[in-house]
Amino acid sequence: MTPQNESKAIFRIWRGDATQGAFQDYTTEISSGMVVLDAVHKIQAEQANDLAVRWNCKAGKCGSCSAEINGSPKLMCMTRLNTLPLDQPVTVEPMHTFPRIKDLVTDVSWNYRVKKEIKKFQPRKPDAADGTWRMQQSDVDRVQEFRKCIECFLCQDVCHVLRDHHMHDQFIGPRFLVYAAALEMNPIDSADRIAELRDSCGIGLCNITKCCTKVCPEEIKITDNAIIPLKERVVDRFYDPLTRLFKMFG
Amino acid sequence: MPEYQTHEYDVLIVGAGGAGLRAAIEASAAGAKTGVVTKSLLGKAHTVMAEGGMAAAMGNVDDRDNWRVHFADTMRGGQYLNNSRMAEIHAKEAPARVRELEAWGAMFDRTKDGRILQRNFGGHRYPRLAHVGDRTGLEMIRTLQDHGVHQGIEFHMEATIVTLLKDGERCVGALAYDRERGQFRVLHAKAVVLATGGIGRAYQITSNSWEYSGDGHALAFHAGAALLDMEFVQFHPTGMVWPPSVKGILVTEGVRGEGGVLRNKEGKRFMFDDIPENYRSQTADTEDEGWRYTQGDKSARRPPELLTRDHVARCINREVKAGRGSPHGGVYLDIAWIKEKLPNSVEHIKKKLPSMYHQFKQLADLDITREPMEIGPTVHYVMGGVLVDAETQMSTVPGLFAAGECGAGLHGANRLGGNSLSDLLVFGKRAGEYAAKFAKENRAGQLPKDQIDAAARWALEPFDRGAAGVNPFAVQHALQEVMQNLVGIVRREEEMLQALEKIAELKQHAAKAGVTGNREYNTGWHTALDLNNLLTVSEIVTRAALERKESRGAQFRDDYPTKSEEWGKYNLRVQKGADGTVNIARAPVIPLTEEMRQVIEEQK
Repeated sequence: MTPQNESKAIFRIWRGDATQGAFQDYTTEISSGMVVLDAVHKIQAEQANDLAVRWNCKAGKCGSCSAEINGSPKLMCMTRLNTLPLDQPVTVEPMHTFPRIKDLVTDVSWNYRVKKEIKKFQPRKPDAADGTWRMQQSDVDRVQEFRKCIECFLCQDVCHVLRDHHMHDQFIGPRFLVYAAALEMNPIDSADRIAELRDSCGIGLCNITKCCTKVCPEEIKITDNAIIPLKERVVDRFYDPLTRLFKMFG
Repeated sequence: MPEYQTHEYDVLIVGAGGAGLRAAIEASAAGAKTGVVTKSLLGKAHTVMAEGGMAAAMGNVDDRDNWRVHFADTMRGGQYLNNSRMAEIHAKEAPARVRELEAWGAMFDRTKDGRILQRNFGGHRYPRLAHVGDRTGLEMIRTLQDHGVHQGIEFHMEATIVTLLKDGERCVGALAYDRERGQFRVLHAKAVVLATGGIGRAYQITSNSWEYSGDGHALAFHAGAALLDMEFVQFHPTGMVWPPSVKGILVTEGVRGEGGVLRNKEGKRFMFDDIPENYRSQTADTEDEGWRYTQGDKSARRPPELLTRDHVARCINREVKAGRGSPHGGVYLDIAWIKEKLPNSVEHIKKKLPSMYHQFKQLADLDITREPMEIGPTVHYVMGGVLVDAETQMSTVPGLFAAGECGAGLHGANRLGGNSLSDLLVFGKRAGEYAAKFAKENRAGQLPKDQIDAAARWALEPFDRGAAGVNPFAVQHALQEVMQNLVGIVRREEEMLQALEKIAELKQHAAKAGVTGNREYNTGWHTALDLNNLLTVSEIVTRAALERKESRGAQFRDDYPTKSEEWGKYNLRVQKGADGTVNIARAPVIPLTEEMRQVIEEQK
């Protein structure tokens, strides 16, 4: 259904804090081209000044306004109202995988702690005397795909290892497997993260249901291009029978 | 009495965009205990939205390029009001800052021989912008963030500064509140670096995020620091105009760098009709020559679409006013036409401009590989800012530094695209370096208890007024309307006088702003406090624009439509008067050294 100028819609927004909360309905005017974040802002400005919501760029580039819209993890700024059925209330709630702070704002600090634990970029010696490297575009295409990530954490939100099983202390989640893949596949990086991927990162916990890939607003092929190749590297290193044989007699 | 948590630093950085992070990395590398305050989460600052690239004369694509050409381009673009020493430092140091990013993990697009690729951009004579498709800002901020978190820097995410603190003449820290709990934090520091970005949120149609409320400009002004060039607000020529909810969102200049052209509703490439004299010898005569330029033909000159932003924005404005615009009040920006020239144009456009493709497809149901975009000017950048020393980035207040968009000097009357990201790196680094040096050479100042208490009490007043107070969002919207309509792309005296009256009224409303709820993540409260900064910078911009009675760069006066030689001798310097008023004085432009004068001559 396409919203007409001056028509109205109902937004069922979760209001509350870390301990309690409930959905509350707001009716607001909508106009053509509006996205969910516009509606939330309009409600905030006119009806609920203290409604907490994160946002920055409003153009799908910063990954701040992640939420669950009608149950699906999405960026509010990139969800057009004309893609939603407006004859019923549009539900907007915070991401489920992270602790709630207030209204649509969640505590995502765990993500920042996890990233810091991953071995950082360590370039090999520069190729040229001026301290620069030579890389072919075809060799960096894959890494650039991963570096499109805007850290909206929707993939973390939807991942059942985190969302349903709460294994935050054993599994770094799709976002940081993509981060690790960008480092591991970087042609000039010289660090080795294969052992930590198996151990502290818990890559084995991912059973490739591809839920993360489906919600990625940057359309990164998280499972196929990042996680599976990393799993293969872990297998090659630790579980390949031939390699183990060599190691035994090596 | 409010309670405070106190933190001690050698260097405190306000802002975690490109300039703030680069300053923090430099300060911590110099051994300074460094704290960073950011209004958002780490990695979300406005730098993330920069698209086209960072300008650095590395000469990877055209070996005729070097710092002398870059310097001359920057000065010409700024209409010679730039701080020429800053322009010189910038042109000389930008290449090293870009290479350093690569050493920290940035992954730029590559040339055929495997080096960092550079692209064409408005006002740059040669292909000069190191880039990653059209998401260069994201690459830059992520690289700095991922490098910075291993440097032992302390981050205060989602915290906002209420006021700077002074011990006598010297800046000794700041009072902040955290957005999550609404608690105050006293940040005691030997040196403070402002890296807060711009002021775009004072306008209705802007490419800027909510964070751009002129915090650094206003904090510095109230702390007694001088500001410079505040009349120069850049309108980026190409913002989205439809649908209404996305009005103002940036469409990168890279579209034109890749061959995109501007047409009016008659299909005419109107930019050929108005080429300024000082750019004529560098501009293509024919459409074909312009196309060849964008495809790397070194004998061709650039198409007029790649003239400076101030000029292109005014030409678009003129077409729309003359009734030759598109249905939603813009003009057409067409990249789809290149299918006439390139057999694989659809794939080519998607590869070169992926986020533009994505943005239009999702937000406007438009496929830019097949149809032209509708675009119009949007407030994008402020050239003016805190007056700083070119070498050290220290302001006129000892211990207070500024870098990036909230500093002034490099860009003069108009900034060239791509010179912002390089500005952040070059002067962010210098600010961090010299702030750390200042911290080493000076003992911690005395914390002013009275200033802290007064600011905290002021910050909590909106809660006392509660629901009976004025809605802060309504005041903000009213201010945006005033600035958009009365101090916009074309300015005249009577309108700006009206704007000043309205700003004075809105100040009174803002002083009565009330908020409900508690201090935890209360966006109404945050907005009520931001109003003070927005109103301060709006008044300053308006007064400076009134004072400069000529048209130059980003300032276009309908009542003084020409450039005046006399005004070309001065920058406008703004300072807070003893009674709190905005004082504006002419300050002579820093004279060129003989060497730099010659560089400009040889590049004419």
